[in-house]
Amino acid sequence: MAEKIQAILDHQQIEVAPGTSILEAAALVNVKIPTLCHHDDLQVAGNCRVCLVEIEGRDVLEAACATPLSQGMVIHTLSPKVRRARRDIVSLLVSEHKTQCTTCFRSMNCELQSLSAEYNVDNVTYQSLLDESEPVDNSSWSIEKDTSKCIRCQRCIRSCSDIQHVNALDVFGRGSNMKISTFMNLPMNEIVCTNCGQCVVHCPTGALTERRYNNEVWDALGDPEKFVAINTAPSVRAGLGEMFGLAPGTPVTGKMVAALRKMGFDAVLDTDFAADLTIMEEGSELLQRLTMKFRDGKDIPIPMLTSCSPGWVKFIEHMYADLLGHLSTAKSPQQMFGAVLKTYYAQKKGLNPQDIVCVAGMPCAAKKYEANRPEMKASGFQDVDMGLTTRELGYMIKQAGIDFNSLPDEDFDPVMGESSGAGAIFGTTGGVMEAALRTVYEIITDREIPFSNLDIQPVRGMQEIKEASLLLENCKPEYSFLEGLELKIAVVHGLTNARDIMNQVAAGESPYHFIEIMACPGGCIGGGGAPIPTTKEIREQRALALYKEDAGKPVRKSHENPEIKQIYDEFLKEPLSDISHRLLHTHYQKRRRY
Amino acid sequence: MPESSITENRFEKEIVSRAIDQFGCDRENLLPVLGFIRDEHRYLSIEIMREVASRFNMSSAEVYGVASFYHFLPTEPRGKNLISVCKTIVCDMHGRADVVAVIQDMLKINFDQTTADSNFSLQAVNCIGCCDEAPAMLINDKPYTKLDATRTREILKRYYP
Repeated sequence: MAEKIQAILDHQQIEVAPGTSILEAAALVNVKIPTLCHHDDLQVAGNCRVCLVEIEGRDVLEAACATPLSQGMVIHTLSPKVRRARRDIVSLLVSEHKTQCTTCFRSMNCELQSLSAEYNVDNVTYQSLLDESEPVDNSSWSIEKDTSKCIRCQRCIRSCSDIQHVNALDVFGRGSNMKISTFMNLPMNEIVCTNCGQCVVHCPTGALTERRYNNEVWDALGDPEKFVAINTAPSVRAGLGEMFGLAPGTPVTGKMVAALRKMGFDAVLDTDFAADLTIMEEGSELLQRLTMKFRDGKDIPIPMLTSCSPGWVKFIEHMYADLLGHLSTAKSPQQMFGAVLKTYYAQKKGLNPQDIVCVAGMPCAAKKYEANRPEMKASGFQDVDMGLTTRELGYMIKQAGIDFNSLPDEDFDPVMGESSGAGAIFGTTGGVMEAALRTVYEIITDREIPFSNLDIQPVRGMQEIKEASLLLENCKPEYSFLEGLELKIAVVHGLTNARDIMNQVAAGESPYHFIEIMACPGGCIGGGGAPIPTTKEIREQRALALYKEDAGKPVRKSHENPEIKQIYDEFLKEPLSDISHRLLHTHYQKRRRY
Repeated sequence: MPESSITENRFEKEIVSRAIDQFGCDRENLLPVLGFIRDEHRYLSIEIMREVASRFNMSSAEVYGVASFYHFLPTEPRGKNLISVCKTIVCDMHGRADVVAVIQDMLKINFDQTTADSNFSLQAVNCIGCCDEAPAMLINDKPYTKLDATRTREILKRYYP
């Protein structure tokens, strides 16, 4: 083992492994060094210079994030020289920043704002060089880009390249004219972008935000003619508490329902119900594909890929358009929900679907785009009218003057409000796979999946690529052709990892039958609409909240959800029926790769 | 798809192919490839950059990011003759303003503009290495140094159609 590095940081003796940066070492001894361009999810950039520290014997200040400790180093993180330099750096960033904080969506949750307050910067030392010539780009359904608030830290660029390998954003021009933009400065809706929103969750300021629909939702709520129904995704309940100062991973399902009811939603329903519905359809599609391949010997695209993550769906449409046949035709839970809300639910409640407004609360930026895809009108109306992020929902609850933390726990409304534990874990990487296997294995073998307490541990956790295989034995007679098959599955999250898996599929070398892919790191709990900050530790806590919810549910399998049985009995007949196909399945389109 | 755009794409594929045949398509070959295309086609069009991105297997934003760093890799159509006036301090101290005034007076264009007949475009560039003979400019690839108002006027006239 390499020799430990000894150094002195703010008069404290420290000992760290070789390669540890000053920033990491400082964190170990509880010394907080401010940062802007640094983010634990991303590669070190060292471009904002806010983390400057003084090292004895060196004339220049060094960036703590990009300087590894060396033997005998003596570091000062709070010397007058350091403080002055940091103050100047923050002041210079502010001098080019649109400081209309009162009108900014990220106000009170902005890293530049906090640092300016901490260093008490003025607007006198450096004159404003704010350039407002670039209009706000709100061409995308999902993401809004306001260059006047950009501090060029390039976290967005690194999110788009390190995490997603899409590279929709880059640095253009140079020197004082350098800016972050898109190919040929094209509007966001014309470029190769998956709308995943990782750039938004990683942006320290309000330069990149979700396109917001909360005012439209308030208008709908105030319209007596409208029946406004909201459904919230699993990850919203795992993250929403953070908007009200609760620790990451605090499940707030009951309080969330109570708050939404207080805000005036006519029905507070659960996307998890639609997640169970997705499992019924997607699981049946997997069985259908396996049957066609192993019984009928047909040339059917295997592995089947999940289709719940709209960022991933747009990614494959752009990047692997020739492999769209592998993608399950099942819609995402959000879109299934909208389609049955305006048909089945409307009939059951005697409502005119024209008067129903379907609002979706999602930890996601791409869902906003998905709701507005032109083909998503299966009910005869736009299936989902407005999408809100977890952050917007949090703001709306605050706007309503609700003291969230003191609310009692309430339950979702009946009819499309009941869900299984399988639906709850949809929000985390591996969750869709686990939910699907719980149902599919039982359909094939008539037995519960052979994992203790139904917890399929191999697909849980935050490893980038998870694999498992499941031996199918003692199958029911109608599935005898699957006897002895080792069902191979894989789970990936983050589109960089998806690319690795997809290159295998493209080369015809994929060993798997079924692959779950989610666009964002950690799955939806790390989504582009999740509370900011989102870090590795926070994602883990949110995932645990979902597994806790699953474990506490009386029903753990999608096909045992009574409301799911009811909707098939009364309305859909059976999975993959004509009406299911019309309402719950979709088609995809090839898109430009470059 | 209209036929004209298919023909156009064929042209772009062809020019990018020739550049890549000569220089290769690993990341480090991007600059020579873009330079080659600039020499042949005068500027990097959207479709050319997309074609380059596809051949290099990188995003088109990355290709544009590289091109936009260099004044000499234009991404907008330019006139037949590109005038590049040095904007750095030595030329500035030796009368760059007079040179620019003459050019603008003769051509009636500003920086980053093209004359109505597409004969001239004007841009300001960083140091072109002629500080000892400042002020200096390039017309296309040819340097002109020790400029003053009269000399600039004479030089420009040579490029009139």
